Amino acid sequence: MASQLRGSVTRLAGGRIELDPSRPGSGTRRAVRVRGLSRSFGPDLVLDDLDLDIAPGEFVALIGRSGSGKSTLLRALAGLDRSVSGELDVDGTVSIAFQEPRLVPWKRVSDNVCLGLRAPSPEAKAAAALGEVGLADRTRAWPLTLSGGEAQRASLARALVRDPSLLLLDEPFSALDALTRIAMHQLVLNLWQHHQPAVLLVTHDVDEALALADRILVLTAGRISHSCAVSADRPRDRNDRYLSALRSRLLAELGVDREGKI
Amino acid sequence: MPGNRPALADEDASPRAASRLMAAAGPASARDPAQPPGLATRATAPADSPGFAAGLRPRAARTGRRRGKAFLRLISPVAVLLLWQLVSGLGLISSQRLPPPTQVWSTAVSLVTTDSPAYGTLQGALIVSLERAAVGFIVGTVVGLLLAIAAGLSRIGETAVDPLMQMLRTLPLFGLIPLFIVWFGIGEGPKILLIAIGAAIPLYLNAFAGIRNVDAKLGELARVLQLTRRELVAHIVLPGAMPQILTGLRQSLGVAWLALVVAEQINVNAGLGFMISQATQFLRSDVIIVALLVYCILGLLTDWLVRILERRALSWRRSFVAA
Repeated sequence: MASQLRGSVTRLAGGRIELDPSRPGSGTRRAVRVRGLSRSFGPDLVLDDLDLDIAPGEFVALIGRSGSGKSTLLRALAGLDRSVSGELDVDGTVSIAFQEPRLVPWKRVSDNVCLGLRAPSPEAKAAAALGEVGLADRTRAWPLTLSGGEAQRASLARALVRDPSLLLLDEPFSALDALTRIAMHQLVLNLWQHHQPAVLLVTHDVDEALALADRILVLTAGRISHSCAVSADRPRDRNDRYLSALRSRLLAELGVDREGKI
Repeated sequence: MPGNRPALADEDASPRAASRLMAAAGPASARDPAQPPGLATRATAPADSPGFAAGLRPRAARTGRRRGKAFLRLISPVAVLLLWQLVSGLGLISSQRLPPPTQVWSTAVSLVTTDSPAYGTLQGALIVSLERAAVGFIVGTVVGLLLAIAAGLSRIGETAVDPLMQMLRTLPLFGLIPLFIVWFGIGEGPKILLIAIGAAIPLYLNAFAGIRNVDAKLGELARVLQLTRRELVAHIVLPGAMPQILTGLRQSLGVAWLALVVAEQINVNAGLGFMISQATQFLRSDVIIVALLVYCILGLLTDWLVRILERRALSWRRSFVAA
């Protein structure tokens, strides 16, 4: 077993993680600081001594093949996995939009957004958030009557209404059809530019990462094997030469060659 | 919450769950309230296509058929009633043994309108019995639900509560009566206790299973949203278990009425059971039948109330079924 414990995970109740100011390296403000994070399931080491920094307001995409540990890392950052070892500091509030929208089916859309919201007037905040994602007319709807795209937008509103400093997106568009996905990309960019949270988007779609992120990380066997900045202005043209070159490089990193062979 | 599944298994399961949810949400046209149920495969057909119009016709026919069926189902009870009237009206069976329906009706009317020294009034007896049943039922269901929450939410609670409830479940309820008489005498206490135990067990079993079946992913969501324990119970656990809690409530109601009837056979001086035991002394089968019919009506009425509750509490599901 290669599991290493470099430090302790400082975490308060309910998944809130606090920055310890006495720790070295915490002088520059970071939204996320991860050092030596490891997680194993039985004999399988899924996260292997992983380091990660995310600056405030930075949009980071994490790509990797299935089983590379993407979701495990995301769950650790969300405070949903208490069996990780290593240092894990998240500054401020964390929100997450899951792959499946995970709306509570017996609560109307606005009540889903309000759920657990500690604010002076949660209903008004929820209504504003739903307006931002274009669901102003669906606030009283039952979740089971929403389309896939609508449900995912409600889920985004629920995540954003908490004013997170870190927004975790766990492949939230993977189950949507191609057209809805493009609209959702634009929506996420707008919301990100407006609210300025740091974003960690987990995806297996290289084009999605190229369309959205400031920086793309490739996760291989529990470690970040590759990191590259994407400096193109948004909105991005996917046929841009620079992005095409980057795509080829990332696909190569993922182990897919030009003919699509793995 | 049993939410500590390994994340990898989660990663595997979630796309399937997602696609299921997507299928449930369906395309926008699936929201059309005019669309008949059971035609999900045609949901994408445009509204003006002949296929859609044709799809409406069977529904009208079906409701007509259902109404016809309901009418058909009335035939045999009415026939039995007529046969009963005929047999006892013609004196084939002595009317003291089996009074005809008309006599049962007039007995019911006189029991309501006159306060006889032997029976009191029907409504007076009804209130006494109703109170017994209500107190026992409320105590039983509240205790059953609290125990189910304790057992459903924590391993310690489960270890402490569940074995006891499982043992109590196997105990024949009415076998407790002699013991209760020895312990508590023949007052109101043992009767209410019997009803309470009878009501608590089905509710506990259903609510416990319901709580354990609440989607673990919603438990995770509650953690991410930093819900307090109380919010978790109020917004996630209880509503999630509500379908099964209501099933349990209906079963509890059935057992509670049964327990009431049995408990009222033991030495009572008021209530429907008292009316029946008095009538037994005077060989008044018409009074016994009236009291039994009142039990029936009470059972039907309360079941109907729970069904209304069900429809209101589960309206989020109805919108899904209607979609």
